[in-house]
This record gives sequence, structure tokens and C-alpha cells, in this order.
Amino acid sequence: MDIHEYQAKEILAGYGVKIADGGLAYSPEDAVQRAREIGGDVWAVKAQIHSGARGKAGGVKICKSHEEVEAAAESMLGRKLVTHQTGPAGKVCLRLYVEAGTNIAKELYFSLLVDRTHESIIMVGSAEGGMEIEELAENNPEKIKKIQIDPAVGLLDFQAREMAFSLGLEPSQISPAVKVITGCYRAMRDLDANMIEINPLVVTGGSGKLMVLDAKMGFDDNALFRRQKVAELRDKSQEDKREMAASDRGLSYVGLDGDIGCMINGAGLAMATMDMIKLAGGEPANFLDVGGGASAERTEKAFRLVLADEGVKAMLVNIFAGINRCDWIAEGVVQAVKKIDMKIPLIVRLSGTNVEEGRKIIEESGLPIITATTLAEAAEKAVKARNEQVAKEAGATA
Amino acid sequence: MAILINKETRIVVQGFTGKIGSFHAQDMIEYGSNVVGGITPGKGGQTHLDRPVFNTVRESVEQEGAEASIIFVPPAFAADSIMEAAEAGIKYCVSITDGIPTQDMMKVKQFLRKFPKEKRMILTGPNCAGTISPDKSMLGIMPGHIYKAGNVGIVGRSGTLGYEAADQLKGLGIGISTSVGIGGDPINGSSHRDIFEMFEQDDETKIVVMIGEIGGPQEVDAGIYANKHMNKPVVAYIAGLTAPKGRRMGHAGAIISSAGESAAEKVEMLKDLGVTIAPTPSEMGETVAKVLAKL
Repeated sequence: MDIHEYQAKEILAGYGVKIADGGLAYSPEDAVQRAREIGGDVWAVKAQIHSGARGKAGGVKICKSHEEVEAAAESMLGRKLVTHQTGPAGKVCLRLYVEAGTNIAKELYFSLLVDRTHESIIMVGSAEGGMEIEELAENNPEKIKKIQIDPAVGLLDFQAREMAFSLGLEPSQISPAVKVITGCYRAMRDLDANMIEINPLVVTGGSGKLMVLDAKMGFDDNALFRRQKVAELRDKSQEDKREMAASDRGLSYVGLDGDIGCMINGAGLAMATMDMIKLAGGEPANFLDVGGGASAERTEKAFRLVLADEGVKAMLVNIFAGINRCDWIAEGVVQAVKKIDMKIPLIVRLSGTNVEEGRKIIEESGLPIITATTLAEAAEKAVKARNEQVAKEAGATA
Repeated sequence: MAILINKETRIVVQGFTGKIGSFHAQDMIEYGSNVVGGITPGKGGQTHLDRPVFNTVRESVEQEGAEASIIFVPPAFAADSIMEAAEAGIKYCVSITDGIPTQDMMKVKQFLRKFPKEKRMILTGPNCAGTISPDKSMLGIMPGHIYKAGNVGIVGRSGTLGYEAADQLKGLGIGISTSVGIGGDPINGSSHRDIFEMFEQDDETKIVVMIGEIGGPQEVDAGIYANKHMNKPVVAYIAGLTAPKGRRMGHAGAIISSAGESAAEKVEMLKDLGVTIAPTPSEMGETVAKVLAKL
């Protein structure tokens, strides 16, 4: 689960990390009010969406008057911002963060994340922060410092110092940098975060103070059960509506650009089936894993979810029954089709426990369900049915 | 011989008396697995499925000589159960439980490393379908009847895609020595490579099949190991050639992730390492048959 910049900053401030004065705004009037409260004569108005690279998408504006703050807020609120991290659909901006302008002398990079290879938390830092950090990692990896943290003992002081020294700071800035590093680590550990990224961490002009200018935090979904306060930070406006509906129903769904709807049990088999559809010349409309226990009720929910996408021209069900049985699944499918009144072709491939009984139920239902025995056959039939459906619809409109 | 489990392997079920634990324990017993008891704290001394219930894993090791365990404990308590098994002297543990927090798994892995290698418990999973040595023993939740006994070793992340492979092989009359599910979580007990090492040593296994997925370095690591240290041929299928690129916030993941995370990249790297690639998931069986025919 991801959270907004302002939420991450509030959390980190609670761990002793220094952030600029700022406040949340839901309207241009709010934004001006926040600017007044903060005082000064420069403010940053920042769109709160679950994505980085907001600057390039017009989601961060530096303003030098209250009028500019108002105009910036007008330009962002209610708009969809598209960055390379949001995908083409973009994310809607419904909240703004108004922050005191910071005089930047130097931009640094610091992050903590789960390192799958070493099965630990890894700390990453660079004296050269800012927008081009990915290119730096690619072209000048020696400029990126990485330190593994032992899960048994946690972050050690000398490691935090080592990281701080690698950021190219003045001696007087080392202790404040250690404070940022240890604060972030404690937040990561205490709240089951799987990513904290401070980019940039800045050295301010004149006073040479360290300040967190942008912060992102992501959390381990599997640990939310024990992090109630974190779970409450969820912002549903930033999530895909169908994915959200699916996860609320215990299904795993990812919407895609194609038009062949899929319902499959198991993530690996789902990916494999999508590969087969693509190889057969089609494009999957979604990834949908119904999990192990595909009961009649779950099957119906999954059908409704897939068919809610009006672009779907054919639907493929591929179930390998392990714990459950093909006859139960077949009954669920037949019930769902009867209840929903499907208008597009349905292809069903069942395999595993009680497969014969399952196929018999489908055949004897009298419904126009296309059946397949192998994975390849299922994909080919789905693509063929999709093409026929597209032709039929084109004929109907002509 | 098969790997990890055999007919004699003495199995206990952690989370024995719960609904899911009971269901699968019954299934394993019917398959012929040597289930000698189970653990449910607070129910020690009772009998369940005609077998003794213990309060602690240690008691089951002392009284029934338990060697392997399977975990059906809810995610909040599963990491603790795994560590209890390791401390009690269990040699092999399968964690079926799905949804264990990542930081808990980091602790588990660290905990396991404190044991010297010869005494260290082997863990597979979490979030897997388990392990089966067909006609000998099943330590998992798979449909046992789709696995024919034979000489192909299978290791994979996904449960149902593993079933698909076993089913295709059976259809071609090809059997399996052992099939191991290593689970889909970012941090898991054993990697493809760990299982490769065991298959290479196993007399009964003639060929190894790896069923991988997008994400993470483990498939390519296993390919490098196979290239350097294995005499047995390896066939692989990598799922997710068409999967959308993961949406992510920030740059952090891209900075540490190594090259070769996408399915297409993994396939190319594995080919270069001498691994035979099944081009589609429906050709896993045929690809194995072709390689077997050349042996």
C-alpha cells in the first residue's frame, strides 16, 4: 500500500526527521489559507498523488504570491496527472500540500527498501540526488552507496555514520544526517514499510540544514493487519476502481488494455494463460486470480468483475482444480452464466480433480459455452470467439 | 530416492486441529504420507485423525521422532511456528501459509542461518502448494493423483502452474521424482538454486524442470548454478511474458533491482546459460519429452 507525500512526512516527522512547514489543502482557498499560515514569500504547491516524477507532469509549482498559490491550486485540483509511474490513465489529484519554499544548496538521495536478493533491508544513498537518480545508478553506480542491514541486530550506528559520510556532507551535518537515517529506519521497522525514499534530501542554502523535501513510503500489505494506523492512511481515490473492488472481495485483479476477459486460479497459471492468449494473437483484458477455493459465490463475483469492463469481447475461464473439484466449479460457472445473462462468448477449460464430471455439467447445461481440454486449445478458441464477436458487433452497427 | 521426502519421512502438521489443517492432513494420510501427529498449542494430549496432538513441536520430535512439518498456522503466527520447528530439530518444513509479513520472513531467514549447515532446517514456501514425491509421500495441498512417479524433478513458484506441468507430463507418460513448490513470496525459504543442488545429487532425478515467473533474481541465479555445476539437463518455462510492467512509486526498486527481472530478459539469459526453454506453458511437457529422448 502506498501513501501520500504529506502522510509520509507526518510519519517521519514523528521519528525526528526534519521537514519544512506545510499543510494540506482541498481547495484553492484552503491553499491560500495554508500559505498565509506558513508565512514567508515563497511556497511550493504540490499535487498529492501516488506517484513520483510529479514535477514534469505539472504537479509541483513554486509560487511567489498568494495569487500564484491560488492559480497553481486551481490548475491541479480535480485534474488527472500522468507521469511515467502512473501509466497512461494517470491519477486524479484531490489533495494538495502547500509547503514553505526551501532555499536549496544541494540535493541528496536516501532510501530504504526490501532487498530480495539479500533478504534484508538495504539502505541506499547518494551525494547526487534529484530527478536523475535512476540514470546515475545505471551510468555511475560507484556514486551510489548501498549498505545491508542485518535483520537480527537492526541498523547499527556505525552504518548510519558510514552512510552519512558517503553523502558528501560537512562535518557539522553528519549528526543531523545520522538522525534522518536512523529516524527513517525506525519508521521502516516499526510500521512494516517496504520502501521509504527521500528524494531529495536537501542541504539548505545559508544555514546548511538538512531537510526532507520529498518523501515516499510504501507498506507491506501482508502486515497491515497489525498496523491499523497505517491502514487508515489508504486513499482509495488513487487506486484503480476495479482492482479495489476485487481486493475487497478477496480476488486479485489487474486491469489491462486487451479485450479477452480472464478468470483463472493461481497467479502463475493466470500469467501463463495470458501468455497463451497473446501467442494466439489476442490481448487479455485483465489478470484475475480467483485463488484456491473458487466457490459458486466467488465465481459469480469474478464473472461480474470481468464483465464490468464493457470492452470485453470474450471471456476465458481456466481452472486447474487442486483442492476444489471441477464439478463444483462447473456448477458455479453454469449458475453465474444463468444469473448474469452473458452477451459475449464464454470459453471454459477445466482440468484436475473430477474433470469428467465437470465437463459433463457444462455440456448438459444447454448453455452456449465453448469448452476446451488443453491450455493451447482454450487460448485459440478464445481468440477465435473474440474475433467473431467483434465482427458480429461491427455488422450490427453497420 | 527422490528429494526432501520419502515414504518413511515422519511428518507432523502445525495447525493440526484447525479446519484447513485437518482437511489437508486427512488428504495427506489418504495419499499415504507418514503423518505421525500434529501440533496445536493447548490441545496437547488429545487425539485427532487417530494421531496424537502435541502442545509443542519439540514434544512431537521427542515422542514421535518427527522429521518434517507442514504449516497451516495463520499468517500472523506462521513465522513463529517456522522458527519453533527449526529450534525443535525438524529437518524439513513446508509453509503453506500465505500472507506472512516480509519483515517476519527476514527474521525467519536470519534465525535459520544461526544453525550450522548440517543442522539447519530446510524451509520451502511460504505461500506454496508443498512438496510431493509421487507414490511415496505428499507434504502439501496438491491433487496427488495428477502426479505420476518417475524421473523428472520439478521446482516452481506457482501451485496451479506446477499442476499443469505435472498433468502434461502424465499425459505423455512421463513421471516425477519430486515436485517442490518454493512459493510466490518475495522472500522464501529455498530458492530454485537450492532445489537444483538437491536434484543434481538425487539418483532418481534425470532431468530438472524449473517453472519461474517475472520478478526477482532467483531463476537466473539457478541458471548460472546449472551452467557451472550440473550435469543434468534443465528445462524452464518463465510465466509473465505478457504481464504488465509493475507499477511502482519512486525510483528505489529500479536502483537495486538487477537486470533480468522481466520474463523476456530471463528467457534470454537462461538460453545463454544452456537451459532449454519451453516457449509456451502448453509445451512444458513436450519440451521435457524432447530433452529426455536425447538422454
